[in-house]
Amino acid sequence: MRRLWSLAVVLVVLGAAPAWAKDVVIVYTALENEQIADYKKAYDKALPNLDVKILRLSTGDIAARFMAEKDNMQADVIWGVAATNILIFKNAGLLEPYAPKGLDRVQPLFRDKANPPSWVGIDIYMSAFCFNTEVAKKHTLPAPASWADLTKPVYKGHVVMPNPASSGTGYLSVVSILQRLGEAKGWEYLDALHKNIAEYTKSGSKPCKDAASGERGIGVSFEYVAAKAKKEGAPIQMVLPSEGSGYDMEANALTRKGKSSAAAKQFLDWAITNEAMALYSKYFAAVAVPGFPVPEGLPKDISKVVFPNDFDWSAKNRDRVLAEWTKRYAK
Amino acid sequence: MSARAIPDRPVRQAWHAEAVLRLALIAFYAAFLTLFVLYPMLQVFTRSLQDGQGRFVGAANYVRYFATPAIASSITNSLAVATGTTLLTVVLAFVYAYALTRSTMPLPGLFRLVIMLPIFAPSLVQGIAFIYVFGNNGLLTRWTGFNVGIYGFKGIVAAETFYALPHAVLILVAALTAADARLYDAASALGASRVKTFVTVTLPGVKYGVMSACFVVFTLVITDFGVPKVIGGKYSVMATEIYNQVIGQQNFTMGATVSVVLLIPAALAVVIDRLVQRRQYALLTASSVPLRPARNRGRDLGLFVYCTLVAGGIAAIYLVILASSLVTRWPYDFTPTTKHYRFDTVGGYTAVWNSIEAAALAAVIGTVLAFAGAYLVEKCRTAASGPLYVLSVLPVSVPGMVLGLAYIFTFNAPGSPLNALYGTLAILVLSHLVHYFTVPFLTATAALKQMDAEFENVSASLGVPFYRTFWRVTVPLALPQIVALSLYFFLNAMVTLSAAVFLVAPGTELAAVAVLLMDDAGDTAQAAAMSVLIIAIGFAVRLLYALLMRGVTRRTQAWTVATR
Repeated sequence: MRRLWSLAVVLVVLGAAPAWAKDVVIVYTALENEQIADYKKAYDKALPNLDVKILRLSTGDIAARFMAEKDNMQADVIWGVAATNILIFKNAGLLEPYAPKGLDRVQPLFRDKANPPSWVGIDIYMSAFCFNTEVAKKHTLPAPASWADLTKPVYKGHVVMPNPASSGTGYLSVVSILQRLGEAKGWEYLDALHKNIAEYTKSGSKPCKDAASGERGIGVSFEYVAAKAKKEGAPIQMVLPSEGSGYDMEANALTRKGKSSAAAKQFLDWAITNEAMALYSKYFAAVAVPGFPVPEGLPKDISKVVFPNDFDWSAKNRDRVLAEWTKRYAK
Repeated sequence: MSARAIPDRPVRQAWHAEAVLRLALIAFYAAFLTLFVLYPMLQVFTRSLQDGQGRFVGAANYVRYFATPAIASSITNSLAVATGTTLLTVVLAFVYAYALTRSTMPLPGLFRLVIMLPIFAPSLVQGIAFIYVFGNNGLLTRWTGFNVGIYGFKGIVAAETFYALPHAVLILVAALTAADARLYDAASALGASRVKTFVTVTLPGVKYGVMSACFVVFTLVITDFGVPKVIGGKYSVMATEIYNQVIGQQNFTMGATVSVVLLIPAALAVVIDRLVQRRQYALLTASSVPLRPARNRGRDLGLFVYCTLVAGGIAAIYLVILASSLVTRWPYDFTPTTKHYRFDTVGGYTAVWNSIEAAALAAVIGTVLAFAGAYLVEKCRTAASGPLYVLSVLPVSVPGMVLGLAYIFTFNAPGSPLNALYGTLAILVLSHLVHYFTVPFLTATAALKQMDAEFENVSASLGVPFYRTFWRVTVPLALPQIVALSLYFFLNAMVTLSAAVFLVAPGTELAAVAVLLMDDAGDTAQAAAMSVLIIAIGFAVRLLYALLMRGVTRRTQAWTVATR
């Protein structure tokens, strides 16, 4: 019994030790796990005095968690969360304006217009379909080329897409449809699409991964997972819908938590350095600082393949759009 | 004999100090239960009567809940899944337990071992395995070209059945073991057929066990969300509904409302089970003759084949999980790889260490609290004993997700001093030990009831303080049970998801939650790899327990052997 106790004490001490030695920064993010593993190596090296603790959830989930904790704020930093959600945080007064070092290199499109900015963007990602050619052969599915194609009866039960309430990819896809077709036509389209959907997943990358494993025929997801699955040898074809992909920007912000803000600012400074941008550019078709190469398999000039997103509209109407979507399709 | 029989002063003064200590301990235990059981549950209930801004709205949330057909359908879905699984599981488990206890088939030890496998894994592992085998691109689907359509009701029931089987088998084995051979001798002497004996002797003997198994399975299934989350497709049940409302939309009021509704069937099942247990009479008396199953070739062969099928199915699930964690890309590329064990999720291996740490702490602290609590309630009779007993058995009727939600309300309220616990490993340890408190508490109570009150009386009359009696007599006598309790806490804490999923924070990731998040993100192979680690740790600890138990029994239980 006594030995068990001392074991327990040792375990507690071991678990808590690194936290005493360094400045803790709590970071909430929606960036993909596999990317974070890559970034972590870099920031651990660049910021040896920081103990960066990360909570990673899907965009909608991390945003909801942050909003729910607003009276007992936990996060010091928001890192790589959809601009649509960050605008909502800003309007709720949860962010502390901060101009990270090197802000002048960031393209104007990628930052809050106010000075100092409440948020600074890092990357752009867009919706893309993952089409499993092996499943297609088995069920004789033609390759879809557009959003319109996805409503064809032949695809019934073969399409998965992310739930827009939890997934940033899901939301940007839905708002780009609503903005492009107008609300009345937009919801009509989504009704038709719903008939073909097998499942609404929680995260934006799962539809593509399910398509890559052959569990589903078509996954509505985003461009990087599609390119990656293909590169790893899954029988996947990436489709950028001809009407234009939806897209969103992921951005960083300082929260109003107040504590340990020096450390938080240090992290935010790192998050737009050239080192960080070079890493982001391995995964995204466009990053905030110009001049980085585009990953293999992604379009060189994204302005040709995306449908313009009105971020203000997306942010302002988020609650209403999601309520309507949930009423119609969430069962 | 009582303390009053002792005349001299010094002893009486010691008794006073002792009484104070005793009361202090009872007060501490009461404070623990109030703060971590009663108060959080009241929070859930009040929240369900408020709107998002904290204004009282009466039953408005409930009206809205039942009026939304899409959401309300999750109730009927939950009931359908739980009822279907219960029927299937109890029938399957009954035959299995019957084979283990009433036949002379070969390899009963192996069958006992294999059926327990699902206890070592989070529930959603079953779901993942079923997708790997029966999914649209599962092994069997590819091989036969026939797609059973596993997503939805069918898949949930199938996976939940495997998840719940060991629990039902454990109960039914216990029920079937307690048989008096004299009844069977009488039946055969009276010329009753085998069917008649089964209906008039076997079934009545185990009817309470069967009911108990039904309730346990029903509660397990209706409160589980791992399986429906993974394999439910578009089919929504109440537990996933709470998860979506809270984790997805942080809609706490609706989460609280669904929680209270979910509390009803779970609590009812527990209450009925307790009532049934109370009517349980002693089947075994001092003059009973243990039943030794006779050899019967046909029956034994049939049961052997049946057990091989069931155990084979379970073993297959875990082999599939193990295999899928070790190949490059299931089911396209079977090149062996260990890359899925290089977790790239946040936390990575920290999650594994956190899980072990939290489970170990829950095991140690939980065992101390459950045993000491049972002692205070059972052996230190005060006016508080009744209410403390009720609070101690309350957690069993609270679904894990409801408990997790209750802890968010309690430990993340603006301005509350309890906020210090939010986001720490301590809150996870607390949620583990409260969630699984009832069974250890009742086990400890039962163990204490078997000990004669004479121990306490004699000690008191000799002027030995109660804590010394507790430490020198009670604890050593009950040591095997105490070690078993800690194992129970540890294994459950390793695999539980439901409460923890609401409470993990940056730095306190847990392995079982990591499995869920990995599956959510589509990294199924990593989810399988993490499950393999959880199962391996559970196995290692179980093995350690077996070794420890041998030592403990030798050192403290020599008297039981001597008296036999």
